[in-house]
Formats: sequence, structure tokens, C-alpha cells
Amino acid sequence: MTPILEARDLVRIYETREGLFGKVTPVRAVDGVSLAVSPGETLGIVGESGSGKSTLGRMLLGVDPAQGGEVRFGGAPMPERRTPAWRALRARMQMVFQDPLSALDRRLTIADQIREPLDIHRVGTPEERASRVASLMRNVGLRPDQAGRYPHELSGGQRQRVVIARALATDPALLVCDEPVSALDVSIQAQVVNLLRDLQETTGLAMVFISHDLKVVRNLCDRVAVMYLGRIVEEGPAEALFARPQHPYTQALVSSVPVPGRPLDSRIILQGEPPNPAARPSGCAFHSRCPVAEPMCRGAVPGLRVTAPGRASACHLVAGAAPASAA
Amino acid sequence: MTLALDETRPRRPVLSRLAAIPATVGFGFLWLGFMAVCALFADLIRPYDITQMDLMARLAPPGSPGHWLGTDELGRDVLSRLIQSIRVSLVIAFGATILSALFGTTLGFLAAQFRGWVEHLVVMLADFQAALPFLIMSLAVLAFFGSSMWLLVCLMGFYGWERYARIARGLAISAGAQGYAAAVVQLGATPSRVYLRHILPNVASTLIVSMTLTFPEIILMESGLSFLGLGVQPPESSLGNMVGFGREYLTTAPWVMLAPAVVIMLTTLSISLVGDWLRDRLDPTIR
Repeated sequence: MTPILEARDLVRIYETREGLFGKVTPVRAVDGVSLAVSPGETLGIVGESGSGKSTLGRMLLGVDPAQGGEVRFGGAPMPERRTPAWRALRARMQMVFQDPLSALDRRLTIADQIREPLDIHRVGTPEERASRVASLMRNVGLRPDQAGRYPHELSGGQRQRVVIARALATDPALLVCDEPVSALDVSIQAQVVNLLRDLQETTGLAMVFISHDLKVVRNLCDRVAVMYLGRIVEEGPAEALFARPQHPYTQALVSSVPVPGRPLDSRIILQGEPPNPAARPSGCAFHSRCPVAEPMCRGAVPGLRVTAPGRASACHLVAGAAPASAA
Repeated sequence: MTLALDETRPRRPVLSRLAAIPATVGFGFLWLGFMAVCALFADLIRPYDITQMDLMARLAPPGSPGHWLGTDELGRDVLSRLIQSIRVSLVIAFGATILSALFGTTLGFLAAQFRGWVEHLVVMLADFQAALPFLIMSLAVLAFFGSSMWLLVCLMGFYGWERYARIARGLAISAGAQGYAAAVVQLGATPSRVYLRHILPNVASTLIVSMTLTFPEIILMESGLSFLGLGVQPPESSLGNMVGFGREYLTTAPWVMLAPAVVIMLTTLSISLVGDWLRDRLDPTIR
């Protein structure tokens, strides 16, 4: 199937300055990431804070400009940011934000806000827009009598439903969810995740789901990409990746999820903090925390190599021929 | 809102909603309405012409027959001059406040939208404006070009714009970085829609409060300029002008100065009360 979204060698560099006259150091937040999302597929992107997940999400939507590489949506390159073509494309690709309260305008009722994309892209007549808003609210599980409420009068889960309804208003082909449930209670998280899955099954949209919550990602995603310091270190089908992680970093991540009935001793505890992205370690960026690092890891940067059908990982020690040894 | 779902929020009848207005705010509204009527119908309600002299009744105290608020040193009726002064001062203060709010907010939004050199320029102009003693600049401008009503309004309109510019820029940037404005841009809205429909209503309450601060300052600034002889020129009269000339008779005929001073005080107070109340009412999160 031709992918709806394709990204090649995306690079995003932030500049940080230390002190008033300090030297400007570039931080490679996203460093040569390539990925593809097929229609109807959910790609999970997991990683620690600061691994560049959110930046990558915004670049996939063209909200943040790519400083290298390119994003293609539906086979065509992403138009220049803030041009009419770019704005028109927003009807086909939408975003769900981490903090729904700050993503909503607190002076407009939620019905007005869900209606907003329809107004912006001039979809239908006013009557059609009103009925579309009503059906969207029903689809995301909001009561009709809540239409006149303001965002601050709703609970966190309801606000996130409003954001989701607004994102789906124009029937987009791609939805990027940037940590959509991390600001919500665990009980509400499940509702929102189930809602997203149901919506995806009924509308067939492609989704990029950014999260640091492995349980949620495993539950929702078809494929998963693991990011570490701005690079994808492992990619593969969700079930296979979580069952048999290949990259040592993924192994540590997966083992950190507590499983009922399993003793905690088998966890791999990573030493130290993630390195400062401004001072990226030489060679494999993970070698400073890797439990199985070898001298060669300090020298050469491992590329993302296919290790099994549909799977790839960026580790010197995971050979394409012998994936079992690392598992 | 096209959906007929407003039953959840019953509309209270107008009368009971009016009753919910605090007494001080009610007074503010009444006073401002009274001032507006004075300004609009000054020509009709003024008992005498402002230059008409009654030399037999110079410095008559308030309550004298025919002169409710007394007369000044030339026997001109204080009430008539007061009504005319209210008109002149309100036109200058309102015109200038609106001008500076428009100018400042526009520049602030432009800075937030384009960033880069536009932002540097706006911030630099704002710093320049804040560092400049405004009274001295006004004196220079008025001394060169002479004093006219329009020049005065425009000049006062440049007073305090840098505050609006800073507020508008700061709030727009914070809304755009991680908030509703970024979300609306993401929905595909044009910049004009983002700024006029979303950012402006959200920052309006702060701007209104700022306006209620600027308004009295402009009245006082105009008073100062008139007092120095560069504001409203005699025989035309403004509130500040009246205070300035009445000062000389403060010990013998205090009403000449006190009448306009009381009007200045009550008007600025009313504006502050009403502005504060309006700010709260315009915010749906405080109800």
C-alpha cells in the first residue's frame, strides 16, 4: 500500500546559548528520522522525555519546518508553512494536543470550537455544519446539552474529547496525537484510547501516536518506532517489538513496564540520565548507558538495519543474521 | 451557536441582572452616562455662552441667582464652562485612548506574528517611547505646530501605546507558543482569523484594564498641558484648563477650581470601576 505519510531524513536543530555571551550550541532534536505511515495504520512513537518525539510529530504535520529531509503527504511534498496551500492541507491532517485546556479557546463554547475547522475550510452550509457538530459530539461521547459549555466547565477527559472532535471535523486522513492521554487520569486514559481506536476503525484514518506510555502504545498501535536522542533505534510491528525487543534500549524500556505476577528483579535498570543532546556521545548515542556495550559502540554510529521482515534496529550487536542472541 | 441547547443556562430576566450590578459600578455607569449626555448636548443644556461675561457678578459664590456653580474672575458662568469643558476633555481623552489602544495593539500583534526584525523594531520603539519624557515631547510638538484639537488628540494618542504593544505582543506570543492560538493555526486558520477571533477576545480584558488606566492619565496629561498654556487655548476651555486658571483664586473663590477637579476625579473613578467590572464580566471563566 502506498503510504499516506512519508518522512525522509528529517533533521531539526535547536540552538541553545549558555549564559549571556555563551557559545551557541546546536541541539539535534530530531536527527535523520525516516518513517512511513500507511492509510488506516497506527504508528506509535515512544521514547523518554527529550528524545524528540513531539518535535518529530510537529514536523510530520509541517507545523515545525524541517531543516533537512522532507515530508511527503499523499505523495506530494509538504507545502511551505503558513501558505494558503499549507492551510488548505490542514483539513486532511490534524493534531491532538497533550494539554486539552490550553489547546482550547476558553472564551468560545465547545460547539463553536468543534465547528471552527468547518468554518475555516468552508465545509457545507451553516445547517450542515451544525448537524456535523452534533454528530461529532455524539461520536466522541459528549452529551448534546454540553454544546453550550465552556472548556473550563468540563473535565479533562471531556476536554480531550472536544479536541478530538475538533480534529476529526474535516474528516482528516491523518491524525497526529502528541501524548494525548498523559495529562489524564488512568481511568479516563482508557476511555480516550478506546475512543481513538473506535474512531480509527470507523473512519479508517492513519494515526501517529506519540507517547511515553508503553502499555497504551502496545494497546493501540500497529507499528512502533522507539526513539532515543532524536533517532529511531528500533522499529517493528507492535506485538513482535514488545514481545522480543532487539535493541538494548528497547529491552530496558519494555522490562520497565511492571507485569502483574512477575517479580521485579528481572528489570533492566538503566544507569544515569539520558545524555545531554547538545553533547551527544560518540558512536552509538546509547553506549554510555548500555548494559552490553562493546568498544566498537563508542566509535561507529550504528545505522538502522533491517533485522527481520518488517523490523529494523540500530545496534551493532543485533546482527541481521543473529537476532536471537540479543533478544 | 446554532444548536438550540441553551436550556442548560437559563437566561435571567434583564431586571434581575441589572440588580446584580454592584452599587459602585451602577454609580460609575450613571456618572459616565451623565457625562456623555453633557458632552453630546452641551450646546443645549449650557445656560450661558462660555465667553459671556456678567461683570456685575464676578466671583459670585455657588448658589447665586442665575449662576448655580458661581462665576469666575470675569463673571463667566462656571456651570456653562464646566459643561463645555467636559465635552472637550472627553473628546480628547476618548479619542486618544482609543487611538493609542488601536495603535499599540496593532503593533504588538504585528511583532508577535512576524517576529524577527519587525519585533525588534516594535520593541525598540516601545522602549524609546517609555524612555522619552512625554510631556517634553508634547511641548516641543505643540510649540512647533501650534495647538489644535486634532493635533492634541493625535498627540495624546501616542501616549501609552507602548503598554498596549507590550501586553498584546506578550500575550499573543504566549498564546501562540503552546496554546489555543497554535491549535487554531494548526486547524488552518488565517492569521487575521487567529488574531481577531481568538487572540483579541482573550487579551481584551487585559487591554481594557490598561485603557482604564490610560484614560485618567490622558485627562491629567491634557490638564497639565493646558495648565502650561499649550493645551486647549482660551477662550475654549477644558477641565485641565479650568483647574489651571482657577488655581489663582483658590483661597478666595475655590469653586472655580473645585468644580472641574471634582468632575475629573469622579470621571476617572467611574472609568476605573466600570472597567474593572467589565473585565470580569467579559471573562466567561469568572462567573
